[in-house]
Amino acid sequence: MRHKLSFLSAALSLVVAGIVTVSAVAAPDTIKVGILHSLSGTMAISETTLKDTILMMIDAQNKKGGVLGKKLEAVVVDPASNWPLFAEKAAQLLEKDKVAVVFGCWTSVSRKSVLPVFEKDNGLLFYPVQYEGEESSKNVIYTGAAPNQQAIPAVDYLWKEVGVKRWVLEGTDYVYPRTTNKILEAYLLSRGVKKEDISINYTPFGFSDWQTRVAAIKKFGSAGKKTAVVSTINGDANVPFYKELGNQKISAEEIPVVAFSVGEEELSGLDTKPLVGHLAAWNYFESINTPENKRFINQWHAFIKNPKRTTNDPMEAHYIGFNLWVKAVEKAHSTDVAKVLSVLPGTETPNLTGGMAKVLPNHHITKPVYIGEVKADGQFNVVWKSAGLVPGEAWSHYLAGSKDIEADWVTLNCGNYNKVTKKCAGQNYK
Amino acid sequence: MRNNLQWSGQRWLNLLLLALWSTLFLKAASPSDATFLSTLGELREASYSDKESIAERLGKTGHPSVRAVLTALMDDRLYFRNSDQKVFVVKVADADPLSLVDPLTLKSVGSAPADSLTKIGTNNALRRVLRTTVAHFALSSPDVAVRLDAVQDMMHSLDEPTVATLRQRMAVETNASVKKEIATALALATLDGSDPAGKLKAIATLSQSVSGDVRNRLAQLVDKSSDGSYVEGDEKIRKAAAAALASIDWWRNFYSGFETLFFGLSLGSVLVLIAIGLSITFGVMGVINMAHGELMMLGAYTTYAVQSAMPDHIGISIIVAIPAAFVVAGLTGVLMERTIIRFLYGRPLETLLATFGVSLILQQTVRSIFSALNRSVITPDWMSGSLRINDALAITYNRLYIVIFTLVIFSLVLLILRRTRIGLDIRAVSQNRPMAKAMGIPTEWVDAMTFGLGSGIAGVAGVALSQLTNVGPNLGQSYIIDSFMVVVFGGVGNLWGSLIGGMSMGIVNKLLEPYAGAVLSKIFVLIALILFIQIRPRGLFPQTGRSAEDK
Repeated sequence: MRHKLSFLSAALSLVVAGIVTVSAVAAPDTIKVGILHSLSGTMAISETTLKDTILMMIDAQNKKGGVLGKKLEAVVVDPASNWPLFAEKAAQLLEKDKVAVVFGCWTSVSRKSVLPVFEKDNGLLFYPVQYEGEESSKNVIYTGAAPNQQAIPAVDYLWKEVGVKRWVLEGTDYVYPRTTNKILEAYLLSRGVKKEDISINYTPFGFSDWQTRVAAIKKFGSAGKKTAVVSTINGDANVPFYKELGNQKISAEEIPVVAFSVGEEELSGLDTKPLVGHLAAWNYFESINTPENKRFINQWHAFIKNPKRTTNDPMEAHYIGFNLWVKAVEKAHSTDVAKVLSVLPGTETPNLTGGMAKVLPNHHITKPVYIGEVKADGQFNVVWKSAGLVPGEAWSHYLAGSKDIEADWVTLNCGNYNKVTKKCAGQNYK
Repeated sequence: MRNNLQWSGQRWLNLLLLALWSTLFLKAASPSDATFLSTLGELREASYSDKESIAERLGKTGHPSVRAVLTALMDDRLYFRNSDQKVFVVKVADADPLSLVDPLTLKSVGSAPADSLTKIGTNNALRRVLRTTVAHFALSSPDVAVRLDAVQDMMHSLDEPTVATLRQRMAVETNASVKKEIATALALATLDGSDPAGKLKAIATLSQSVSGDVRNRLAQLVDKSSDGSYVEGDEKIRKAAAAALASIDWWRNFYSGFETLFFGLSLGSVLVLIAIGLSITFGVMGVINMAHGELMMLGAYTTYAVQSAMPDHIGISIIVAIPAAFVVAGLTGVLMERTIIRFLYGRPLETLLATFGVSLILQQTVRSIFSALNRSVITPDWMSGSLRINDALAITYNRLYIVIFTLVIFSLVLLILRRTRIGLDIRAVSQNRPMAKAMGIPTEWVDAMTFGLGSGIAGVAGVALSQLTNVGPNLGQSYIIDSFMVVVFGGVGNLWGSLIGGMSMGIVNKLLEPYAGAVLSKIFVLIALILFIQIRPRGLFPQTGRSAEDK
């Protein structure tokens, strides 16, 4: 009897010990990393890949022994492409799960939705997608391109190298294309392009009846001056757009289209025949041959167990963001957001395509810029690259409203400082 | 694309002829072979701008296989072997294994795995150079379309040698349209010269053209330069140019108006196509079917499934998909009618809610089977590209076929309703159900068949939509509102009303679009429709008679 009891208690204590050890793994010895990407809904196509990228980075870091001697633990939530839900899930990550850092968001509207939550709870967000600028938050590190790291160099390339004189700015009707086109229009006008040589047009999300628009582009482009289309068309509306260009026989040799939202991932599920020769501007292409990039692609294929999966620009942004965060945490010897934020500006990590990504005082990073032509296999052929690294600008020089505004979280401690009135408006945390 | 097809056939014929020719005459490697090969070899390491000059030098060697090799480079079909750096032309790019062709003799020399060769890449600028270089050779092609394309390519860069080549060709050219095109090109070149009489004659020739290049060149003649003086000193020439310009502009505007009309008709036919099925289920049976869009989506996915099942026959897969989509969507419709809708006749609100639920179920089913991502349906070659009518007007094949397709489907449905037994039954039941029943018509069976017919036609519309838009689970939602609008506008229960209504909505939409933009023009059409319904609540062609009063 006694024997049996002791056996029972031994078994019980084993079970209890098991529970304790299990919870011990999850409790004080790990650092929680939040992942806030849509895993369902319209944006799932693009964002799921980014969730997997961060999981891969965490996995690799844990194999190296984690950070500060602790293992990293991913907390994945699904905001389901629903903008208000982004804010709820962000609050859950920061308040309930108490994550040290969040990697997330894709669309600008989702970022704007979580911004107040991160500022209220003093969280830290790494945002990996190219965006329209005109923002600098204390709690966000922007690892994607600002307009001066993608849109402006692309226009410069077309203007100087291709000799484009007439411009069609074609976009989807929402905040990113509208702001980007406003900056581009101001830039082109400042470069002496006449107003009648710029045509701006917007179409709704998922637009498919492109015949009139493409005929108008053709007409606009037949005025004897070299014409190009700068496309901020987002999402699946791109497919019928390029198809219609092909059907109306507008080749990339006559009227090139440079896109800011079409990358390897978008091309992978698509008939690329009508796209060959059209351009895209990014800070990263899978086809760029560097040892770091090769290693990254191999790591990705091994992690996702599919050698056909492509890599793309926002993935590189997450790669950079994750490495920056790890470096900053090690430098600060803490995961405390205030301490990490104080050492982040100036922190550097290698890009996948050469050069170092450095966090600037305005919470943007330095990036190289590449222009690529679409090849028949869905990859890009790099035809131009920026002379060096381009520092990201939070506020555009070309817009009347933001010309005098500066973001500096090191000396001014302000994301919205007016150099003329010497006042910090809006995002003021003094 | 169409041209490309003829192109490739032509090219292989040429290759064969050249190969024959070279075996007969070029037994031994001549010194020109050596230069040709070494110039070709330079392509391996060269930058894109160097490749341009290499391509031009290759063009000047006059080697018999230059055209084939440069065409191959333009089509991304020029590779070199990694082991010995030897350059090869391949028959089909990106195939594995690649079938190799020797660049000198143009004879097939077996095949090799794709990873043992490296492609010699091109970019836009290089392709532009290649196109004009190749055009010089294509000018002697026996195919009229190839020659026409060649002249048009050459028109973009009219330098001395190009003009000389065109002159030579003009002397021996027999085809009238190619001759006219060469005359235009030569006239354009004359404008750069200094002979005033020649220029006047050239302007007279050019005034017959409607091409944009010609228009721009003439516009330059009447332009003032920055100091206020005219670019062209001779007033007579300026006047002639201005007159020619006015005539060209008139014709170009005329054709652009015609193009807008066609755009309107093509949008209209899409609207009609998506509304025909609904005008049967909603119009004839009075069922508000919110799942109509999803039935179209099923049709589009059927197209995708058929294409996946026969990847080697993309061209006919669309044709096969039409009956397949009709059956899939039709059976789904019959199933819906038998299991849900028949219990809800006479209760429009419940029908609306129930079919809305069905639409969600169908969407989720498709999501579970095919994933939430869009599926890419390939456009067959015969449906891509455009029918070129003249320099100012080209009609895209996919839209043209859809206009024709809509008219065919419309006539078929009309025939079924007017001329067949089932059509008679359908009309009888819809006009007076108790009387039809009294006459021995199995009304329940007729209901199921009617709903099946309407659903099947929605599926067929989905096949057409798969060629115009993205095939995804949400495809139906974006068209359901439009289809109801057409049916209500045209008059419930009237097929002709749907046709006229859809077409006129399409045309008005496209007339407004250049001025108001895509979003606003659609809003204007919607507002106009709401106002119209206020005045004529029963639509364009209301049903008359006792049955209409009962509804």
